[in-house]
Amino acid sequence: MSFFFEVLISGLLAGVMYSLVALGFVLIYKASGVLNFAQGSMVLFAALTFVSLLEKGWNFWAVLVVTLLAMLVLAIVIERVVLRPLVNQPQITLFMATIGVSFFLEGFAQALWGTEVHGLELGIPDKPFEFMGMMISQFDIVAAGLSGVLVASLALFFSKTRIGRALRAVADDHQAALTVGIPLQTIWVIVWSVAGLVALVAGLLWGSRLGVQFSLTLITLKALPVLILGGFTSVPGAIVGGLIIGGSEKLAEVYVGPYVGGAIEDWFPYMFAMLFLLVRPEGLFGEKRIERV
Amino acid sequence: MKNNLLISAIAGILSVGSVVSNAAEEQFVPIPIYRTGPYAAGGAAVFGGFMDYMAMLNARDGGINGVKLTWEECETAYKPDRGIECYERMKDHPPTGAAMFNFLNTPMTYAAMERTDKDKIPIVSIGYGRADSADGRVFPYVFPLATTYWNQTTTKIKFIGAKEGGMDKLKGKKIAHVYHDSGFGKETIPVLEALAKKHGFTVQHYPVAHPGLEQKAVWLQVRQQAPDWVILRGWGVMNPTALKESKRIGFPTDHIVGVWWSGSEEDVIPAGDAAKGFITAAFHPGGKEFGVIKDVEKFVYEKGNGAVDKKIIGSIYYNRGIIHGILNTEAIRSAQEHFGKKALTGEQVRWGLEHLTIDEAMLKKLGAEGFLSTMKTTCEDHEGSGKVRFQQWDGTKWNSVSDWITPDYELTRPMVEASAMQYAKEKGVTPRDCSKEK
Repeated sequence: MSFFFEVLISGLLAGVMYSLVALGFVLIYKASGVLNFAQGSMVLFAALTFVSLLEKGWNFWAVLVVTLLAMLVLAIVIERVVLRPLVNQPQITLFMATIGVSFFLEGFAQALWGTEVHGLELGIPDKPFEFMGMMISQFDIVAAGLSGVLVASLALFFSKTRIGRALRAVADDHQAALTVGIPLQTIWVIVWSVAGLVALVAGLLWGSRLGVQFSLTLITLKALPVLILGGFTSVPGAIVGGLIIGGSEKLAEVYVGPYVGGAIEDWFPYMFAMLFLLVRPEGLFGEKRIERV
Repeated sequence: MKNNLLISAIAGILSVGSVVSNAAEEQFVPIPIYRTGPYAAGGAAVFGGFMDYMAMLNARDGGINGVKLTWEECETAYKPDRGIECYERMKDHPPTGAAMFNFLNTPMTYAAMERTDKDKIPIVSIGYGRADSADGRVFPYVFPLATTYWNQTTTKIKFIGAKEGGMDKLKGKKIAHVYHDSGFGKETIPVLEALAKKHGFTVQHYPVAHPGLEQKAVWLQVRQQAPDWVILRGWGVMNPTALKESKRIGFPTDHIVGVWWSGSEEDVIPAGDAAKGFITAAFHPGGKEFGVIKDVEKFVYEKGNGAVDKKIIGSIYYNRGIIHGILNTEAIRSAQEHFGKKALTGEQVRWGLEHLTIDEAMLKKLGAEGFLSTMKTTCEDHEGSGKVRFQQWDGTKWNSVSDWITPDYELTRPMVEASAMQYAKEKGVTPRDCSKEK
């Protein structure tokens, strides 16, 4: 029985890490109603910038600030060059634009910082400790804690502040938001900057687990079922979705995998999310779409 | 990196220009590189070493017997469809077409095999590709030089046997096989099963879903099995993740033996301390102390040229590129001995690949003693009966921890032949009669 709980806990901890990536998607979706295809590339760009500057011998905190500034500049450029010309365009147009941003960022990050794989040591201990006969990773506990704090802060920020309300208005209708005096461009810059911050935190935590390398862009594969389950517009939904996906995929791999050839971790969450969609298309915490005829 | 790209671009333009001006004296070698995408670090370094070796031959010797080597890059991003596009674009490159293709990509190699056979251009797959293509009777245009994955696997078991105090000590041992869930990863399962039967150990297989970002569930199962050794058949990001997870379950790293695609600096640096003690198979060492590497530094980098950042010279991937350079160009040299000292067609280079002898004297002449195992290809044996050694990561560099180990050809050759014949039957290929070609 303790093995079952060990698998479940490790899955839940992994799930929080998935939530962190999913969060970046949620932020952009809330502001523009668009799935940001470039979120994975932003994670790569942020982590590569951070680790490359760190390897030049810069101070950790200075590197952190400079990388955050880089993400802010990136947000401004994306707003000016990509989003502003597309105001009030169909969502599919904005989605296609984020695909373009994604390819650009992948190439730009590698051209700027090189293709080498980098190790990243954040000083978080990565040794397991024993708890009631189970081996729990210290790194996973710390990473989950950090992710939890970030998610809770952002949930509060977007539900209790004027910016949060403005953001919801923008997501609902660009044109109407502009009419009532909400500065659309500023909101977009803020949201993309916050998504950049989330990308940096995700990049650092995932980068210290996997190494900072191109494969960081692939962590978005883990975030998509979380979004489907938790809802594209809910910050708490991202964390609950992450926990469910993380726990279920690990249990499925261990207890179902051996009967179907194993390695089901990649497709099981998608199948699970798809079944969930049949019952609740808007996700656990997503806003129910009501349209007047 | 930007400088490297610029240098490569200029080199490419110059090489194309020289083809036009002096076509008859030049041999074209295509470079289907991947400088972008998830495996860019490996693609840029291996192909970089390959191009540097050819540049060194041009600068030092004026090419091969007076025939200059030219090359052109085509970016594949490790995608098979783009690899095929590159193949079609470069196969008829003047003056004599592509000498051979090195895809450095198993799926691409599989995808191109029937085309290259038809176009009479050899594929050289050094340390990768399908194992049964070692049977030259069925696969006349494929050359899995060094050793195949199957033979490499037999040397892993020999290495583990030696560590346990003898092959007889393997009886009753438990081995966990953690593999990338792909054609590459699954390829060695039949050989491991055959070895388990032969030596009396048990083997449990654990597939890891691509790309291998999350492996907790797999390693928790490994811990439950409590194996004596783990054989890791990883690729890309799966490797550092596996090492970190193995440490979390408390498995001793020096009892994990990886494939040689787990054995580069890029595979272990991201894992930090978790990689210390990790052992992998290898068909060449890292380091810059070899004459051949010194010549590349002298004739290429000291003149301000070169395809990679200088700091990666001597890395595992870079040295693998040098090996690619040596084997491909020596095959051209071998073919020139037969067809004359001129630019050759792919079909003629194929002959050279099939009559390639790398012996101790040649290794000495090449400045590659200890850098590469001896090998000799024949019509039947496109692998060349190479050998394998093992290396261990000490936290900063790979150190050799074994001598060259001869694979268990007695076990694998019948399996290679059976699998090749099955392929021939499925594809309607009539195997060559090698006795008539001698």
